[in-house]
Amino acid sequence: MNTPSSLMNRRTLTPAGEALIEARSLSVAFATGPNVLDDINLTVERGDLIGIVGPSGSGKSTLLRVLLGSLKPSHGTVARSRGMTIGFVPQVERIDWNFPVTVSECVGMARSRGWKTPWITKNERVEILDVLERLGLHGLADRHIRDLSGGQQQRVFLARALFTGAETIFLDEPTSGLDVKTRHEVLHLLADLNAEGVTVVLSTHDLNGIAAHLPIVVCLNTRILGAGSPERVLTPSILEQTYGSPMKILEHAGMRVVVDAGYNSSVDNPALTTVPSAKRVSGL
Amino acid sequence: MTQFFAAVDLFGPYEFQFFRNGVIVATLAGALCGLVGCYVVLRNMSYIGHGLSHAIFGGYAVAGLVGVNLFLGAGTWGVVTALAIGGIVRRRPIGSDAAIGVVTTASFALGIAVVQKYGSPGKNADALLFGNILGVNAGDVWLVAGVSLTAVALVAFGYRPLLFTTFDEEVAEASGVNTTLVEVLLMIVLAATVLATMSVIGVTLIAATLVVPAVVARMLTDSFSTMLLIATAVGAVSGFVGMNLSFHLDLPSGSTIVLVATAMFLAAFVLGNRVHLAGKLGK
Ligand SMILES: Nc1ncnc2c1ncn2[C@@H]1O[C@H](COP(=O)(O)OP(=O)(O)OP(=O)(O)O)[C@@H](O)[C@H]1O
Ligand SMILES: [Mg+2]
Repeated sequence: MNTPSSLMNRRTLTPAGEALIEARSLSVAFATGPNVLDDINLTVERGDLIGIVGPSGSGKSTLLRVLLGSLKPSHGTVARSRGMTIGFVPQVERIDWNFPVTVSECVGMARSRGWKTPWITKNERVEILDVLERLGLHGLADRHIRDLSGGQQQRVFLARALFTGAETIFLDEPTSGLDVKTRHEVLHLLADLNAEGVTVVLSTHDLNGIAAHLPIVVCLNTRILGAGSPERVLTPSILEQTYGSPMKILEHAGMRVVVDAGYNSSVDNPALTTVPSAKRVSGL
Repeated sequence: MTQFFAAVDLFGPYEFQFFRNGVIVATLAGALCGLVGCYVVLRNMSYIGHGLSHAIFGGYAVAGLVGVNLFLGAGTWGVVTALAIGGIVRRRPIGSDAAIGVVTTASFALGIAVVQKYGSPGKNADALLFGNILGVNAGDVWLVAGVSLTAVALVAFGYRPLLFTTFDEEVAEASGVNTTLVEVLLMIVLAATVLATMSVIGVTLIAATLVVPAVVARMLTDSFSTMLLIATAVGAVSGFVGMNLSFHLDLPSGSTIVLVATAMFLAAFVLGNRVHLAGKLGK
């Protein structure tokens, strides 16, 4: 089992990867509106595990969509390595939970390219059950996707992304609405997949629970305000530029904890037990 | 009850070729609409099915007036309208609903004007609007059989890309599915379905035969493949029963077919709630 801190070293373990996706001077605007993304330069290398953070409306989902290719940039280019497929786990708010699909139908639709039997073949069924088992969804194959917990729902869509056979997976806020423990499980799952060679790009609102444990963090607010290891990027000045409000970084038991400086006046005296957001993190 | 059955010779009308043709077409048309309707409903295109059927009526009347082959003329017009509607909806500019409404209603109005002034080509106007067994000829049997076969082939060969695109178009595209092709094929089959079933169901009622069986099926299952099967069966049963009733009650076939489907909807509603309740009480 990976511990969050061991994730941080992963990048040095994998050899300098080949570039899978390269975005150059990318900008995106909807209709005649202002740029939602502006002058984005970003390279995703094979084996990367990247977290994109930024406030709501900062363009995280939009960035994932342009990198994915489902949205054309207004300016600039996105180059994807030839023939690559990307498994995409959409933000849960975007999924139609009333659509009639069972868990196995949902995962099975991922194999849609080329000639496929309408039904799920015996071999595929075995594979699907394997993926489900692996993601802790044992015995849920014939459930409707709505009749699952939030964490299970997230993992069904992760299973679908994996079942495409994609070596690169994008996840849009994979831990939103999950409790600390489940969030933790999802993080470990992604870290394990990454250790097996799957390239992972995700967006998240969770700085302390997720972003701080990833090898690479990208701070986004229309522009990229910082990209690199959490130590280099999750700094008060970059975070303030990103979120537009002052943030503090506390060191606690070797861990860095981001707190909203305006949140609690006692942060100057880092008695951590009195800082709610920090308390959640110390549970890791 | 027994008196009713004694008074009504249920098998009598089967002596007639036109009735046998009518029942075959109605059953196939119901099944076809049930199958295609699942995609229409799940893609939130119910309104498009409604508009498209009206547009095709205009194309049909004009084709007759100009002297073009009815099916080629109306079919082409239908596919063009369908793709235009699909395009409008895909890009979702403000007021796409209004644009669809204008195009299809104008087309329908044109059709009514042409039919009133010059008579309806091939069939009587009532049959085209509300469905009539007298509107069915031998050619219709082949037409509806051909379109049904095509639809079944599309669903069988394209099952997964169709499902993926219907459920989650953006992710399907990212995963390598040609969603534009899927959409075009779906629109073509939808236009062909309207055209092939219009004489027996009537353009004003086709939307209901597309929507109701799918909704009934959705109420009874949470599985996509099961939903396709149930909707097809519900459509076939309402087509068959509706056509028989239409003959005995001397009503337009379209309305009896839709009313039978609606009765099944009510039954499913009651049954669905029972099952739901039983599930709750069981826990
Ligand atoms: N289809 C669209 N048309 C117009 N504007 C859009 C569209 N999609 C996104 N936007 C705008 O682009 C901006 C960025 O949106 P995006 O969804 O990428 O933000 P986000 O960082 O993912 O936010 P959240 O954390 O709330 O998911 C927002 O201001 C949003 O209103
Ligand atoms: Mg988002």
